[in-house]
Amino acid sequence: MNIVTNPNKLRGIESRIKVENVSRRSILKGLGIAGGLVLAAPMMSRQAFAAYKTGAGEMPHGTVVNPRVFVAIASDGTVTIVAHRSEMGTGVRTSLPLIVAEEMEADWSRVKVAQAHGDEVKFGNQDTDGSRSTRHHLIPMRQIGASARTMLEGAAAKRWGVPATEVKAVNHEVVHSASGRRLGFGDLAADAAKESVPSVEGLKLKDPKDFRYLGKGQVGIVDLRDITVGTAHYGSDTRLPGMKYAVIARPPVTGGKLVSFDGAAAMKVSGVEKVMEVQGWPWPSKFQPLGGVAVIARNTGAAIKGRDALKIVWDDGANAKYESSAYRTELEEAARKPGLVVRKEGDVDAALKTADKVIVGEYYLPHLAHVPMEPPVAVANVKDGKAEIWGPVQSPGGTREDVAKTLGIPEENVTVNVTLLGGGFGRKSKCDFALEAALLSKAIGSPVKVQWTREDDIRNGFLHTVSAERIEAGLDKSGKVIAWRHRSVAPTIASTFAANALHAAPFELGMGLVDMPFEIANIQCENPEAAAHTRIGWFRSVSNIPRAFAVQSMVGELAHATNRDQKDMLLELIGSPRIVKLDSVKDLWNYGEPYDSYPIDTARLRRVVEVVADKGGWGRTVPKGHGLGIAVHRSFVSYIATIVEVSVGEKGKLTVHQVDTAIDCGVFVNPERIESQIEGAAIMGLSLAKYGEITFKGGKVQQGNYDDFPVIRMDEAPLVTNVHIVPADADTPPSGAGEPGVPPFAPALINAIFAATGKRIRALPIGKQLET
Amino acid sequence: MIKVRINGQERNWDGDPDLPLLWFIRDEIGLTGTKFGCGQALCGACTVIVNKQAVRACITSVSDVVDREVTTIEGLHPTGDHAVQKAWRQGNVPQCGYCQTGQIMQAAALLMENPKPTHDQIREAMSGNICRCGCYQRIENAVHLASTGV
Repeated sequence: MNIVTNPNKLRGIESRIKVENVSRRSILKGLGIAGGLVLAAPMMSRQAFAAYKTGAGEMPHGTVVNPRVFVAIASDGTVTIVAHRSEMGTGVRTSLPLIVAEEMEADWSRVKVAQAHGDEVKFGNQDTDGSRSTRHHLIPMRQIGASARTMLEGAAAKRWGVPATEVKAVNHEVVHSASGRRLGFGDLAADAAKESVPSVEGLKLKDPKDFRYLGKGQVGIVDLRDITVGTAHYGSDTRLPGMKYAVIARPPVTGGKLVSFDGAAAMKVSGVEKVMEVQGWPWPSKFQPLGGVAVIARNTGAAIKGRDALKIVWDDGANAKYESSAYRTELEEAARKPGLVVRKEGDVDAALKTADKVIVGEYYLPHLAHVPMEPPVAVANVKDGKAEIWGPVQSPGGTREDVAKTLGIPEENVTVNVTLLGGGFGRKSKCDFALEAALLSKAIGSPVKVQWTREDDIRNGFLHTVSAERIEAGLDKSGKVIAWRHRSVAPTIASTFAANALHAAPFELGMGLVDMPFEIANIQCENPEAAAHTRIGWFRSVSNIPRAFAVQSMVGELAHATNRDQKDMLLELIGSPRIVKLDSVKDLWNYGEPYDSYPIDTARLRRVVEVVADKGGWGRTVPKGHGLGIAVHRSFVSYIATIVEVSVGEKGKLTVHQVDTAIDCGVFVNPERIESQIEGAAIMGLSLAKYGEITFKGGKVQQGNYDDFPVIRMDEAPLVTNVHIVPADADTPPSGAGEPGVPPFAPALINAIFAATGKRIRALPIGKQLET
Repeated sequence: MIKVRINGQERNWDGDPDLPLLWFIRDEIGLTGTKFGCGQALCGACTVIVNKQAVRACITSVSDVVDREVTTIEGLHPTGDHAVQKAWRQGNVPQCGYCQTGQIMQAAALLMENPKPTHDQIREAMSGNICRCGCYQRIENAVHLASTGV
């Protein structure tokens, strides 16, 4: 349909509507912080026609299902479909347009994908995080495709003078089978554009048995060729005429301030053109820049060399006292004392007193850095009261809001061009790097690229929290677990938004603490206070990492204490197939989804355990020195179980021989990308288990690059990783695939190490613990 | 004035001779397929080929490659159909894709030196290249596929 023939017009450049008071991301609602009125913008429909309800309508700006916004057909038949979410490696730039193509009967080989600018009034919510894209957009994308198909069919029926019910779109054509007539989508484009957009309620979606692409996994990602030839466009690849290159020296301690600087030596470096202060905001201030000193040069290398020559005096401020070793003790001590009760069933104190045996597990997990291969980077061109940004942002709409606010200009004067992201993992949900580029460009009056170095990324990021997890499990004489107390202590992400946030936010409590699915008579979850001393942010899988580690390690400990098979112990704890009731939990956060559509279903939890045990050969005989470990965890409303086979050789040399993971993520779009996400999750899980640790001394991060913050390389990667996707029918709501693979990996590994060696690792990373 | 040959083309540089080749290639020449990942030769995202050897452009100065032939991802094959590139596509290797040009250049250099590497040799040769998305299994299989004919 020639809704528009120029695909560029699809991308949100025109018709911006000013929206007043749209503010911040939905996080603020969950935190109960004043000042962020989240306005529901006009949209076609939030939930209409869905077989199930999702939380999509609760996101800022909800969803938009207007085909005129998302689809263009040129007269040559080329179909352009807009991807409005950010591509960071999950495959979303392929899978969402693929859904539209499927439903409109487009031939995928004739589809082009256009990336949306940041414009949530036009496109609906664009926050690419929380493993939400497929679960919030499967139905809206189907509705868009079905609308486009209906308009094409309507145009063909009019052309032929037959009832619309007699024509059908099939593979890029509309066919009138009674007469054998057919017209290509390109021939119908202009007329289809004149058709009115059908009502969502009246749309007929395809029967899933007729799907050609959905659930099949035969479609490569749209950027595959560009990636292999070097033309894929990432944040750092934007080049503008007259563009300058900048790096920034930022305060080494969170909350620190610039006192003075001497840029004379930096100015002498060949290629350096300017040294200047960059505005910073006091901590905490959400995603606002830290401030510091910028070195602006004709190329990035000169800027880095110039920065090395800066002489700077900082006022480190109160967080200079932050020491990781002391803080660990503080957290561990807090976990040994009662804390805020966030879930309570039965009487844990009484049950623990009467228990025949009490097993206590104390677990510690340090800060982690995201270290996406592409460090934060952004290009900005600010002039005449308008700003244009190019960057790898997970939140294009949020970036637009924040740039507008930071520069003090209306949102309609800000254009955010979304490049590919060279990895995100939550880091690029925070747009501080784009704000820095905007401020600098405004100050120097020319386009500028702000490049973060790896050291900047590790030392000035928004780290994964650090936590102590303590579980007490009481057993009766028969070995049955009758009491479970889990205390989780960790500085909260809310501390990045508001000073004195000392307790976990509901969305953090809901990630593996209060949603613990075991069938135990007496359960109590507590959240003692923890103060943050650095910027805490979302890291892939978030709080699920420490909670799954603690809970699933404890399962292994209980199996050992009662001399039972790990898998049998796990299934006994999960208990009967049922929907878990969490009546005692106030403000239960279920990944933003309605509990009716996405309950904790222990039948599904049991099934992934059984599937992985079956496919992964649980109980098989392994060579001497090898061990098998298992873990299961529900997160991002998906169910994942992992088995790891490991051996520990001389000097603690760890070899991961095989990883099997079963995932039930409901109905799925592109199983090939689910497999890749789960394969990658094993690597990330192994990285954090083996090496992941950011420490502070004098308030400063002690690590700086891949040498002292190592991640797994190919020579230590699992030898074989198998992914087993549990089939689901079309009525099972889709759930997350990007994040949920990570949490079960580390406890499965640790349980396997215990099986192999009898050594129980309770603090991550493993580091040198196996050497002795 | 320094003269360097990049993808068969002569390039001049009259700035800082110590400028890392990475920034010369990316910022001064405008070939952006070579990526910045660490600046310390720890991750391999900036891998280029100099005289048939894989080299980390982030710690190689422009002056180090005077009179040498530098090949970047853009120059690996005229139509982007080097056996390694084809194998990468056949194996759906990338996730985010950012490190992949460096991985591909490393793999191409490996196959120049050792056309039929074993899996262990592949794992060893590729272990200087980090993929944070964790595509290693597919990378390993793609290198193997490229070595056996795509």
